[in-house]
Amino acid sequence: MNVHSGSKVEVQLPSRLGFEKVAMSTAAGMAKLMGFSADRIEDLKTAVAEACINAMEHGNQMNASIPVSVVLSMKADELEVKVMDNGSGMDTPAPTPDIDRKMSGEEEARGMGMFLIQALVDEAEWVSGTGTDEQSFVRLVIRMNKESE
Amino acid sequence: MQTPNKVSQLQLTGASGQQITCIRFDGDISSASKDAIVGTYQALDKDSNKHILLDFKGVEYLNSSGIALVIQVLMEASKSGQTIAICGLTPHFTKVFTMVGITKYAALYPDEAASLSAL
Repeated sequence: MNVHSGSKVEVQLPSRLGFEKVAMSTAAGMAKLMGFSADRIEDLKTAVAEACINAMEHGNQMNASIPVSVVLSMKADELEVKVMDNGSGMDTPAPTPDIDRKMSGEEEARGMGMFLIQALVDEAEWVSGTGTDEQSFVRLVIRMNKESE
Repeated sequence: MQTPNKVSQLQLTGASGQQITCIRFDGDISSASKDAIVGTYQALDKDSNKHILLDFKGVEYLNSSGIALVIQVLMEASKSGQTIAICGLTPHFTKVFTMVGITKYAALYPDEAASLSAL
């Protein structure tokens, strides 16, 4: 059992690109406290950054006055990160990027964020909100893995 | 919040004797880096810069929008008959670039020295 289990941190970010780095740093700090390895922390940082960017761009339409809420919860053997926005939610599963289609112009060069999130964390779930009282969110989980830690 | 990009260019010679145009990037590579990544590439003369090395050693932060700009450079270089190699990525971003398939179109090297030995 991790001694920090049950601890929770909440961060509110303006929907302005660059502020995702605040959530990244917070997540990295918490994962380090829990004892995650450096490579897993790098995975988490990228996943959290991409989730925040999606929330700013697609969820909150880059309206800086609408915050992206990030709630980080330490559990016994995992760190959960919920990134919430005011949008209608994202379609899942994310398509795997096809580099050949991107190179030929058949697929946009952008649009890899959800794929990276899914590939880099142990669990990723997108939940659509039903209105102003219930926000859309993505929930990310990284777990302690004795074999890789 | 975005650390501005600093870009520098230099001419290097690979082990095989070929001329390599090295572009070194510093700062954050994100959607705000179009001028730094795509603009710098597009400003190069395509006939006299056939082999290009993108060096990310000085990059502090890289996200998927920044990777998309690298893919845009790969697209344009492919059409122009130029080759692109990439170096200086952290092990994490070496993994990410591999996951999205960039290695199919650009060789990745740990650093400039390793790139020059191979090119």
